[in-house]
Amino acid sequence: MQASNGIYGVMAEFDSPNALIEASKKAREAGYRKMDAYSPFPIEEVSHEVMPGDTGVPRIVLICGLIGASTGFITQYIGEFIDYTYIIGGRPNNITNWASMIPITFELGILFAAFGAVFGMLALNGLPMPYHPVFNAPRFERASQDAFFLCIESADPLFDRGRTSQFLRGLNPLQVSEVAN
Amino acid sequence: MAQAQPIRTTDTGDTYLLPGETYTSISSTIGDVPLTAPFKTPRGWFLGFGIAFVLLMIFLVSVTWLLIRGVGVWGINIPVGWGMDIINFVWWIGIGHAGTLISAILLLLNQGWRNSINRFAEAMTLFAVACAGQYPILHLGRPWLFYWLIPYPNTHGMWPNFRSPLDWDVFAVSTYATVSILFWLVGLLPDFATLRDRATNPLVKRIYGLAACGWRGSARHWHRYEMASLLLAGLSTPLVLSVHSIISLDFAIAQVPGWQVTVFPPYFVAGAVFAGFAMVLLLMIPVRTFYGFQSYVTIRHLDVMAKVMLATGMIVVYGYFMEVFGSLYSSSKYEQYLLYNRLSGPSAWAYYGLLFCNAVAIQPLWFRRVRQNIPALMIISMIISVGMWLERYVIIVISLQREFLPSSWDIYVPTVWDWSLYLGTFGLFFTLLFLFVRVLPMINIFEIRMYLHQETERAHRNAAAHGHDHDHDHGHAHGPASAD
Repeated sequence: MQASNGIYGVMAEFDSPNALIEASKKAREAGYRKMDAYSPFPIEEVSHEVMPGDTGVPRIVLICGLIGASTGFITQYIGEFIDYTYIIGGRPNNITNWASMIPITFELGILFAAFGAVFGMLALNGLPMPYHPVFNAPRFERASQDAFFLCIESADPLFDRGRTSQFLRGLNPLQVSEVAN
Repeated sequence: MAQAQPIRTTDTGDTYLLPGETYTSISSTIGDVPLTAPFKTPRGWFLGFGIAFVLLMIFLVSVTWLLIRGVGVWGINIPVGWGMDIINFVWWIGIGHAGTLISAILLLLNQGWRNSINRFAEAMTLFAVACAGQYPILHLGRPWLFYWLIPYPNTHGMWPNFRSPLDWDVFAVSTYATVSILFWLVGLLPDFATLRDRATNPLVKRIYGLAACGWRGSARHWHRYEMASLLLAGLSTPLVLSVHSIISLDFAIAQVPGWQVTVFPPYFVAGAVFAGFAMVLLLMIPVRTFYGFQSYVTIRHLDVMAKVMLATGMIVVYGYFMEVFGSLYSSSKYEQYLLYNRLSGPSAWAYYGLLFCNAVAIQPLWFRRVRQNIPALMIISMIISVGMWLERYVIIVISLQREFLPSSWDIYVPTVWDWSLYLGTFGLFFTLLFLFVRVLPMINIFEIRMYLHQETERAHRNAAAHGHDHDHDHGHAHGPASAD
């Protein structure tokens, strides 16, 4: 975290999801980019304003899935046709017998992809992270229950302690506070 | 339980969320059940947990005796090498499939009503798979060598037979269990944060805090989180279809009369969902009453679940017709004899029983009054659970009792240890289930909040569209005709 003015950012609390959507829209229009919203449930419109574009998760899932499927197929190929060959049901011991290898290939593809989805999502989110400056904000424990927050971070080039607070106050929030680093 | 109870309104059976709920009431009503202090746990919970725990001890005794004496304590013989162990394996894992259907397929289909039941149904999936997993491993005879089924570098110079559906089972079931746990834990993450923020006891706060991984509800996190959930749902959907298809291949790839039927994979999957929804109803109806969750699991939920049951049940009935048609049309005397044997052989009672339970008893579900009648649903669900057990009995035992050679015909009679192990797995299932409802939020809190938001928006849009001829309340989740 950049020690701009020694604080993490300025946080405003709103009373409804719609107010938060409105506020994040206005903040984006005002040119703020390094900001984040905190809400007790996902709000698509807010995510769109705060982080437009790609999440990066699908790419990880695809790569993991392909690695999993190849692992499954290659393992079976080695086991069945190279290292320990035996004839079952009169079927040939070569690649023409690929069909019987599909179930395990499929299952391992799914398994690895699921791990990719979960751990990829956590890694991209930087979790687990037990401490974070926003937890210092007043009433932040309500962010997981019924309160809606927008935080403009001091790392933003447009950030100015006074002017940013002024801007957030103009969005009709319940309260505005500075978040210590 | 100190719960902020919203004012109850009568449930007319046409809404998925009763009016009067707010983000705050949702968080406190559901979130405070696991946060209740241990000595304030409702007595009913202790009673239920106690019974389940006794049954779990029966499970341990049965397994111990099995390990001491071997699989001979069961009623299996030659030709009936697969008895109650495989019946129960298929039965339990089938029950689990409803949970994945609710969590994955209904998510992809954007069915908002799933939000109230998905957490509980997924938990049911996990515990049912845990019970199911016991059987094939115990049936190995030397269960401690179960890892031989997994390809690992070994000094025997051997590999598992990758062309056997039994080995596909190993991969399918273990992948299914793992992915189900991942999906479930991911769903719990934001709710752990709610519990962390609501807990007053510092130790409890710390435990839920660790589980929440520092979740702070950031919009950036939610964005990736929603994408990950969607992808997990997309992965689980073909997975759940593949699992029961592969289980059906255990039978369909063999040449035993009555097993080699091409309709098996879809018929097994439909049967699994059918039995699973019956179990969800059997469990959810008492729980919603006991914990006062009637606002979240409404009569309308029960109604739609009954509809899913009826639809999958009719697919199963179609499967029965196809089996009969297959054996008549096959012009194979073994297949034709199988039908004769099912209708008038020594275990004909099971076949008639299954026809009654799965084909006849579900017909009242065509009527809305039955689907919205709680005692009727409980009775029908119980009959379905029995019926689906009988179905596996018919498929496995009747076919094996009368194989190709009359000289090797025999009768299968389950022993007391077969039954005690079956009873014992109920102990395992319910012990886990009671612990789950005690320490984890049994309804997905953040998804109910999201549902409330969406329904409020929808009501506003409708009100704007229809002018002011709306003489209803201010639009809290009123009359959501369908969840899109």
